[in-house]
Amino acid sequence: MRFDPGRVRRYNLTLARPILLWKAAEKTTVFDNLTDKLQDIFDNLGRRGRLSEADVDKALRQVRLALLEADVNYKVVKEFVGRVRERAVGADVMRSLTPAQQVVKIVHEELIRTLGESARLDLSGQPPHVIMLVGLQGSGKTTTAAKLANRLRSSGQRPLLIAADTYRPAAVTQLEVLGRQIDIPVHSEGIEPPPPEIVSRGLRRAREEARTVVIIDTAGRLNIDDDMMNELVQIKTLARPNEVLLVADAMTGQEAVRVASDFHERVGLTGLILTKIDGDARGGAAISMRAVTGVPIKFLGTSEKIDGIEVFHPDRLASRILGMGDVLTVIEKAEQVMDQDEARRMEKKLREATFDLDDFLKQMQQIKKMGPLTNILGMIPGMGRLAKEIDPETTDKQMRRIEAIISSMTMQERRNPNILNASRKRRIAAGSGTSVQEVNELLSQFRQMQRLMKQLKSGRRSGLSGLLGF
Amino acid sequence: MVFQRFRRATVDPADQQKLDQSLSKTRRGVLGRIGTIFQANEITEELWEELEEVLIMGDVGVDTTMKLVAATRDRVAQAGIKRTDEAYALLKEEMVRILQADAPPLDIDNPNRLLTVVLVVGVNGSGKTTSIGKLAHYYRKRGRRVVLAAADTFRAAAIDQLKVWGERAGVSVISHMPGADPGAVVYDAIRASQESRDADILIIDTAGRLHTNYNLMKEMEKIRNVAQRQVHKAPHEVLLVLDATTGQNAITQASKFGDSVGVTGVILTKLDSTAKGGVVLAIADQLGVPVRFVGTGEKIEDLAEFDPWVFVESLLEHE
Repeated sequence: MRFDPGRVRRYNLTLARPILLWKAAEKTTVFDNLTDKLQDIFDNLGRRGRLSEADVDKALRQVRLALLEADVNYKVVKEFVGRVRERAVGADVMRSLTPAQQVVKIVHEELIRTLGESARLDLSGQPPHVIMLVGLQGSGKTTTAAKLANRLRSSGQRPLLIAADTYRPAAVTQLEVLGRQIDIPVHSEGIEPPPPEIVSRGLRRAREEARTVVIIDTAGRLNIDDDMMNELVQIKTLARPNEVLLVADAMTGQEAVRVASDFHERVGLTGLILTKIDGDARGGAAISMRAVTGVPIKFLGTSEKIDGIEVFHPDRLASRILGMGDVLTVIEKAEQVMDQDEARRMEKKLREATFDLDDFLKQMQQIKKMGPLTNILGMIPGMGRLAKEIDPETTDKQMRRIEAIISSMTMQERRNPNILNASRKRRIAAGSGTSVQEVNELLSQFRQMQRLMKQLKSGRRSGLSGLLGF
Repeated sequence: MVFQRFRRATVDPADQQKLDQSLSKTRRGVLGRIGTIFQANEITEELWEELEEVLIMGDVGVDTTMKLVAATRDRVAQAGIKRTDEAYALLKEEMVRILQADAPPLDIDNPNRLLTVVLVVGVNGSGKTTSIGKLAHYYRKRGRRVVLAAADTFRAAAIDQLKVWGERAGVSVISHMPGADPGAVVYDAIRASQESRDADILIIDTAGRLHTNYNLMKEMEKIRNVAQRQVHKAPHEVLLVLDATTGQNAITQASKFGDSVGVTGVILTKLDSTAKGGVVLAIADQLGVPVRFVGTGEKIEDLAEFDPWVFVESLLEHE
């Protein structure tokens, strides 16, 4: 997806803002991301037109810590920060950006550059094209093999899976079960034969059956286990794969560098697949591995389901690593549930502070369609911390109650809540199965929200305004 | 202090050797550099900075590193220590103090209890099933009667994998069909253990799940509740299996699992890799959850009870 600032702003406004305002009206939350930390530093320094060396150094310490907390390797961080420093010192601060945003922008851009382009699978040459998956134990190779096979089949390929993990108990069975579930053949010979022999017979079978892609699931092994690493080399030599992909857990720590470089040196990698990205790990390991091997990240494993594999987008991962949220994914999700005109209408209402209870209700219903609120909040810049604090169950209950209350109002009441007198409130409470007190709570929170919207409209800077894109 | 020194002296040499072996790669790894840092002639600002750097590279995490270094520096300043080897000893003491985490002893060997229930949880691929196989072997060798419950009904072939380990350890495995309700498996396993009177430890394998998966975390709570209703105060231990290669996300994992099922301890796996498992310092520091066992290899006997002194000594030792 191309980056279109207008579109980002529109959806960011329509989606993030009502929830944000709502939560801001409820309580003040500490937003814990890099931009905020940097903002603090620069606020203390005062405004200047140009970033001095001292300013930058202070800011870079925060950048360093943020990256380390995201599990980016120490040495990689050092190098990276050096590059950012070069670019940031003396850079003119763009008029539209604060110094903090300026530094974050540079960091973000450098991250994207480090993460590299997303690359397609190399399926050139004579079929069958061979893809070999390697990695540590528990990184998710077997699941990824099945996901990849499934994905390739939907793009018109005829895949064959080869079960070459004869070490882990029941790994062969696991691949067979997965193969049956997605109806893709699995070449398996139990756990007796040596893996290289299984692979060579599997390849023969692939040719006989005119398979176009072969995916080899190898056993998980330690990068320091010589015998096992030699076995991989042996398999690679005889299978001559187009792709040797290292499957790595997004939660890996500082060790990622050594694992990736060992595998790369011994076996020779052509790409990386980062798994378990649906957890809340920042995924800094990706940067480290990409930086030391120089091979591209090709896919991300995004869920336990068979279609949970995605092409890698460097910009999104960069945002995630910085704790900036993943706005583009939110936008994609939003686009699935609401149309552009509706989004524009909402944006206008928010800007003009004419956003009423009916709009709020619609908004909530659309957001609900996008999945659990905590997931979505986590993807919105600055909302990560908030998402962690929210208990999905109570939030769900709250949202349902709010929905019930607003649904029990007449259209006139939704547009103009000021007409609500005691009798109307009693009716609404009875209609929604809540109490007058709860109706009052909702109203006072909504008024608080309106007040914030007006503040923003009049352009008064508050802690929130920066975050909301003003 | 005296007590700690005493403990250090009583470390079982066999245990130390086993852990030494598995941590030997660790030693060659980054934390081993700490010993070299303290070979300097005097305590300087650079020494502390280098120490910080190495700890962070060992996945100890920024917060815990800062805290650890500050605590050591304070004690060094207070005691007016000038020699680097004395400062090094203080650092080790501080690390052990963090790892001890003020935790009560492991509650598995209670002779008055008819059935001890141990729940094993963790994210996908952390090594739960393998660790359970090792635990079964470990307790069986100590004369306990162990039964395993295959409550991971989600992952393809997880039940088969547990059965293989059950066979290797020589213990029985209670299981249902794949996709069955894990709560029902646990219920049956407890009933079977109680009725046959042929078991005094039940170890429950659960589906690997990312702690961000809300429904699956709920399922885990249900398993715990089922156990609680049938056996007094069960589960007696909830052990989180943690891959030593995991970075700072381990802290979030431990706290999320802690919120839903109340983690009482950690099994640190894959210590035979190049990973250091330094993140357990952060977990003990920030969540007060102690490490109970360490997995040191792929064989069934490659499991050792965790001892903070042994761990720290092995972690820091250098060639």
